[in-house]
Amino acid sequence: MSRQSLANRLYSGETSLRIVGQAKRWYAVSAVLLVLALGGLVVRGLNLGIEFTGGAEFSATVEGASAATVSDVHSAMIATGVDDAAEPRVTLVGDDAIRVQTGSLTPEETTTVRDALADEVGVSSDEVAAQVIGPSWGAQITRQATLALGLFLVAAVLFLAVTFEWKMAVAALVALAHDVFITVGIYALVGFDVTPATMIGFLTILGYSLYDTVVIFDKVRENTKGITAQNQYTYTEAANLGVNQALVRSINTSVIALLPIGSILFVGAGLLGAGTLKDLALALFIGVAVGTYSSIFVATPLLADLKNREPTIAALARRVEARRAAKVSRGATPGEAPATAIAVAARPGAGAVETGERRQPQRRTRAERRGSGSRSAR
Amino acid sequence: MASTTAPRPWRPLGVLALVLAVMYGSIALLGRWTPQLGLDLRGGTSITLSAKTPDGSDPTPESMRQAVDIIRQRVDGSGVAESEVNTQGQTNVVVQVPGVGEDELVRLVGQTAELRFRPVRAVIQGGSPAPVPTPGTTQTPSPTATVEPTPAPSPAAGRLGNEELPSRVAPAQNSARLGTGNVTAADLIQSTPAPAANPTATPSPSPTPTETSTPTPAATTEPVQPPAGTGPPSVEEQSQLAAFDCANLQPGSLDRPELSLITCDEENTTRFLLGPADVVGTDIAKASAAIPQGDVTFVVNLDLTDEGADKFFDSTQELVGQPFPNNAFAIVLDGRVVIYPTVNEPIPGGNAQISGSFTQAEAQALANVLNYGALPLTFEISDRSTVTPTLGENQLRAGLLAGIIGLGLVLVYAMLYYRGLGLVVFASLVGAGLLTYGAVVVLGAAIGFTLTIAGIAGIIVAIGITADSFVVFFERIRDEIREGRSVRMAVETGWRRARRTILASDAVSLLAAFFLYAFSVANVRGFAFALGLTTVVDLVVVFLFTKPLVTVLARSRFFGAGHAWSGLDPERLGAPRRSARAGRVRAAVGVPAAGAKEALP
Repeated sequence: MSRQSLANRLYSGETSLRIVGQAKRWYAVSAVLLVLALGGLVVRGLNLGIEFTGGAEFSATVEGASAATVSDVHSAMIATGVDDAAEPRVTLVGDDAIRVQTGSLTPEETTTVRDALADEVGVSSDEVAAQVIGPSWGAQITRQATLALGLFLVAAVLFLAVTFEWKMAVAALVALAHDVFITVGIYALVGFDVTPATMIGFLTILGYSLYDTVVIFDKVRENTKGITAQNQYTYTEAANLGVNQALVRSINTSVIALLPIGSILFVGAGLLGAGTLKDLALALFIGVAVGTYSSIFVATPLLADLKNREPTIAALARRVEARRAAKVSRGATPGEAPATAIAVAARPGAGAVETGERRQPQRRTRAERRGSGSRSAR
Repeated sequence: MASTTAPRPWRPLGVLALVLAVMYGSIALLGRWTPQLGLDLRGGTSITLSAKTPDGSDPTPESMRQAVDIIRQRVDGSGVAESEVNTQGQTNVVVQVPGVGEDELVRLVGQTAELRFRPVRAVIQGGSPAPVPTPGTTQTPSPTATVEPTPAPSPAAGRLGNEELPSRVAPAQNSARLGTGNVTAADLIQSTPAPAANPTATPSPSPTPTETSTPTPAATTEPVQPPAGTGPPSVEEQSQLAAFDCANLQPGSLDRPELSLITCDEENTTRFLLGPADVVGTDIAKASAAIPQGDVTFVVNLDLTDEGADKFFDSTQELVGQPFPNNAFAIVLDGRVVIYPTVNEPIPGGNAQISGSFTQAEAQALANVLNYGALPLTFEISDRSTVTPTLGENQLRAGLLAGIIGLGLVLVYAMLYYRGLGLVVFASLVGAGLLTYGAVVVLGAAIGFTLTIAGIAGIIVAIGITADSFVVFFERIRDEIREGRSVRMAVETGWRRARRTILASDAVSLLAAFFLYAFSVANVRGFAFALGLTTVVDLVVVFLFTKPLVTVLARSRFFGAGHAWSGLDPERLGAPRRSARAGRVRAAVGVPAAGAKEALP
């Protein structure tokens, strides 16, 4: 079957992936991931770049650099006699660049080390790229980023609470924390370098995760508008339909977001070896993937759980159940499996013709809406 | 439900064309077709300095502004072209210069600026030893300021018993001219009596010894500091001063307070021989600009610490009564004379007032200088990065390549999935690209926005966000078609629903971009700016281009009739029934294909 038709069936509710109803399963998956992430953070910790720890990094292009070049440069660094360069980390980047990392250096020491590196590999000192980070810079950017994060979260919650409702805001926020935490955990487990560019990536994930959640919630809101006025389907089911309907879009969005990010990652890692592009794209790539998962499997089930605690919604669930039980006892059509089957359309909205057992609301066609006169969700 | 007015797609398209025309028209007028690239893309040195205050609090905006001014002066003075000095956040100053290997500059900008009060020993008008060929003209010299004890806060409160203070400072006094003598240009002012009352005082007899004296060695980084001394200069010091050329003055070179100093004012128009410093920046408690009761010009009120007050009292006592310029002290910031007010009476108690026909701006500037000295900011080099032009070029190329690949992949995906509508995605992304590029170029010229590697990454990431708006829109249209609407109707109703989603999600993106930009440091901002910019571009493109374009296309036979390759084929989308191509809706009440629907787990 082509994808289009799957999309159609998801939309109509004909095919329905039971996502919201199986909240416990997804929570369990996320819990495992979170424990793994926490374990990674505690046991391995993050591999912080020199921007956070302070230090210096030099790089120079060397044609035909090899392991021998690396050890030569290593000795040359030690020969400078600069204390903080006594234990240099010398690495080969690609096959034509040498990178040297040392402790934090004063301007004079920077000159010494840079010139020594230039001498050793035979380039002019103007061709050595250098970055020297003071010891307290990391604390400063961390503080700033934390501040930005905090304020953004407050603003985002307010925004969602005003345009949607506060329960959606809470659910979206939990999903977001989930994403960031898991992404950070993956960094700890794999041991990727964390640089300011990575941090940009993390912060962008926040925006992305919220964005993705907003789109799904928008659909859920539409499906659940005026839901207490009927007794055909529960909030959970309506939310599930929303997720199913938005699933195709969500996957499309993620694919489309991941394509350019993937190309940055490919080019950044492949052509440049390291740097802003790679660090940023890696964080985004992981974060977008996790974010898509959480919008569907964490945020919406959580929202349904929160909503089901509302008396009116809980009452609705009981009404729906009672009605279904009554139907079953009256004797449902043989061959239908009431517990799981999704069958022919039950129309949301009062006065709709009931044609069969069904757990998913379905959008009415235009003609029907005209006919029934009373309008539910717009 | 359906809007009563027919959509007018040409109007928004026209608006967009106008926006583009204005944008590219202004670019053509400016004559700059490329964006301003950041140092990480064209090579250069970037130094981030973090201010530290003694008590660890955040520096005030004024002191930061002052610090930036000083650092800018140093950078400009060092002769580096195209440099930029900006504050970033509350505590950082970023210096960017195109060159690499600027070791000297790094040393220079990191130094602490020092504020000192030094007694004036001699003054020469003119910034270089060359004789000024206007011997006949007399010229009013610069010290148009005096310093006095602060008058009691007269009208305010219960200082009634104190009657002597107001008598010292007449509220409407014309203090600015007190103590000024007349000087012939290029003449050495020394201890020759130049009473204020006598404006025709003869200049000192000696002609300038410029030609004969040995010039001070040029291009030294050390300040010229004769040994400590007070009062009129010795003959040797005189010739040293006369031979001094302000052009040789190195920015930011630290002078030692206990020695005399030869230096210039900020404009390099006056040379000074100054005595050892007696009051330093930390002696100042507070300075503020104010306009005294009954006066019309601004003054600067200066409050000294207890220790500073004692030193200042001793110093003023010594200066008082001496002939000009020896009755003046120079306020020296970063080795340069800011102003040199004369002293008419000893000033006890640590409260002084500097007056001199200041405008508000001048008084405020002086107060800032003094406050800056009172709040000594030390700077630590937080981040110094040098990017070689080769590396910059590589990064730029990599960024562009990543963008092209990313764009290409998105287009291929859109074409495969949306078929005919993929062309709309293509056209919209091209439109977004044109708008973004134009905006980056215009903003580069208008507000100095520079495109960094992080910014490029932000723009590439935004390809996804922009394309997502189309996805939301198209999916909505398809939903409507599945419900049996005609393509034309589906476009309009789908748009009304998609619009809300697009606005909500773009608002979140903008919110994120705003907070990232406002509260972050370093290259986070370049990324955040790019993200915010492209989100706005996305809104513009979706509203003014994509939607109208789809409306127009829906009128065509290919799309309107739902051709198999249009991406809007009702049959493929599983619409209940092939509904009215002409917009007529058939009654599609029946439950479609019930059998098919039950075949599910």
